[in-house]
Amino acid sequence: MKVRVAHLYPDYLNIYADRGNIAVLERRARLRGHTLDVTGVGPGDGLPDGGVDLFYVGGGQDREQALVAPDLAARGEAIRAAVAAGAALLAVCGGYQLLGRGYRGRDGSWLAGAALFPLETVAGETRMIGDVLIECSFAPGAPQTVAGFENHAGRTLLDPGAEPLGRVVAGFGNDGRSGYEGCRVGTAIGTYLHGPLLPRNPWLADWLLARALENAGAAAALEPLPDELERAAHAVAAQRARARGGKA
Amino acid sequence: MGARLALERSAARLVGRLSRAAGCGGGTTLPGKLLWKVDPTAIDALAARLPLGSALVSATNGKTTTSAMAAGILGRRRRLAWNNSGANLASGVASTLLEAKGAELGLFEVDEFALPEVMRRTAPRAVALANLFRDQLDRYGELEHVAERWRAAVAALPRSTTLVVNADDPLVAELADGRPAALRFGVDDARVARAALQHAADSKYCVRCGTPYDYAAAYVGHLGDYRCPRCGHARPVLDVVARAIELQGLDATVFDLVTPAGTGRVRLPLPGLYNVYNALAAASLCLALDASLDDVVAGLEGFSAAFGRFERIDGGGRGILMLLIKNPAGANEAVRTLVEGGVPPALVVALNDAIADGRDVSWIWDVDFEPLLERAQRIVAAGDRAAELALRFTYAGFPPGRLEVVPGLEAALDRGLALVPPGGELGVLPTYTAMLQLRAIAAERGLVKPYWEGAA
Repeated sequence: MKVRVAHLYPDYLNIYADRGNIAVLERRARLRGHTLDVTGVGPGDGLPDGGVDLFYVGGGQDREQALVAPDLAARGEAIRAAVAAGAALLAVCGGYQLLGRGYRGRDGSWLAGAALFPLETVAGETRMIGDVLIECSFAPGAPQTVAGFENHAGRTLLDPGAEPLGRVVAGFGNDGRSGYEGCRVGTAIGTYLHGPLLPRNPWLADWLLARALENAGAAAALEPLPDELERAAHAVAAQRARARGGKA
Repeated sequence: MGARLALERSAARLVGRLSRAAGCGGGTTLPGKLLWKVDPTAIDALAARLPLGSALVSATNGKTTTSAMAAGILGRRRRLAWNNSGANLASGVASTLLEAKGAELGLFEVDEFALPEVMRRTAPRAVALANLFRDQLDRYGELEHVAERWRAAVAALPRSTTLVVNADDPLVAELADGRPAALRFGVDDARVARAALQHAADSKYCVRCGTPYDYAAAYVGHLGDYRCPRCGHARPVLDVVARAIELQGLDATVFDLVTPAGTGRVRLPLPGLYNVYNALAAASLCLALDASLDDVVAGLEGFSAAFGRFERIDGGGRGILMLLIKNPAGANEAVRTLVEGGVPPALVVALNDAIADGRDVSWIWDVDFEPLLERAQRIVAAGDRAAELALRFTYAGFPPGRLEVVPGLEAALDRGLALVPPGGELGVLPTYTAMLQLRAIAAERGLVKPYWEGAA
């Protein structure tokens, strides 16, 4: 089965190894007999014809984020509709912030976002930097962990009742206070965790792939892969988070 | 000399000797750290004693090599106070000033974050600013943030200080705008340009209006001949230029060095276009300090690489070729150097995540390792984050059967050497602390001198 992927702003939002996440999705799809058809979408470009099964939005430096923000905000309705109809989405760091309602700068400025995630982000005085470990409960009774690295000045505040991606075990997370990290709306996930995210958290990569396959009309079941290196990398990253976590 | 300063100096020197005697490395920053703690203004006083003043070099990539090249040029005529150990924070500069008896001229490579403070304290005659690439975002923050600090520091420099800038880097070139004393260097040879901007190219949007630049030629990362199609902001006119460049494999790079003082043909005994940029920065800085073109050419031709950046070590019947990798732009150049000069059949790639390496290892995914992976036979992934490296190579399609994961550096080095036939060469690509550890292992085996005895 062909999985159609729209990679938004690959020339602008690519700072924390975002192409690593794409490479992981590509290979894990291929090993199960599927192919990823990745289209880079720049400011002003149309979305790929025939629909999108998975959106990817990476992180960027402030300057690049500001350059693409108006374009992304203008796509808000299309992205919300696609996700409501079952398309998967992964947004990391800057992409995560810009898929909320908006970003309040330290000077009071307001950068409107795509309003997919029920949250707002406010610039903070200090950056929250370091290794993070979170625990997610996608399936009841079967918690799974995600290990990554965060580096953000924004404090992301979820609306009451919004579903986070996970609970912080070590590190800062959304705002350094709530104890939560990321946000999940149906088949869409936003998170601050890079490193990149998917190589050392393969269960999450497979979860996204399965949702994208369902959207493409295929069975979502994916054969397990050995993932020995993935587990080794996860173990070291998780140990780092437990040992040193974030440093403000 | 004030009595207090004299006392501080002798106490700090003693600490340096104790630190070396105790076997904890070169003792290169400990005395400076002490002095820095006791009296930060001591740097000002010590620097002010240098009869010919000071010169500074900063950049994301190449500052150690550039300052070593400048030392090779200036050291022909002058006694230098030079932080050749790579101790490039304010404390390292303090240590060098303490140790340099009878020096005439200060030459300091300076960490990009420490630059404003060191600039303020040393009142330099000339400052070379060579490039800004994304590097250790967990430590330095975003590129624009470093550039802002540099802008403020440059604005506070006396008008008489000569600013040497890389005209091919938009963010750096802009710093010299409107300064009366400036030298702008760059490359002008479309034959050695890259086909396209690399994945990790950074400053590719106009510094004035945000439009993507058009590149007539892109050389290293985002360095090149750029012009904004919207507002016209473009690379400034070059004062010091490299033309007619011949890349001669791993052995040398030959180019015309065109300067206001005339033109010389230089045979630089180092590979890679990035070393041409380092040579241009060093040449421009030395010309700003009144070195002759003859000294510049002779100094560059007599250069031997700064430790661990590009180093060939005799590994007992097998060679070791070590190239430091520390961020996407620098690692891309190490890859390009090996691809153009010949990829050794076996490679050890070592990734550590100490503070000096950057705790965030995500940058390895932004390096274009692919050309290396297409050519390497065997790879040993090493260092504290060896598994992450192995994932990077595996997801790029490198066959798992030819990849080994050996986190311990000594074991990884031995395994790598065992994969090389006698008389062959092992390629070693370490991050900064992995490079220091591998060099220490080589020093223990008597293969190299410890770094603080290396260059001088």
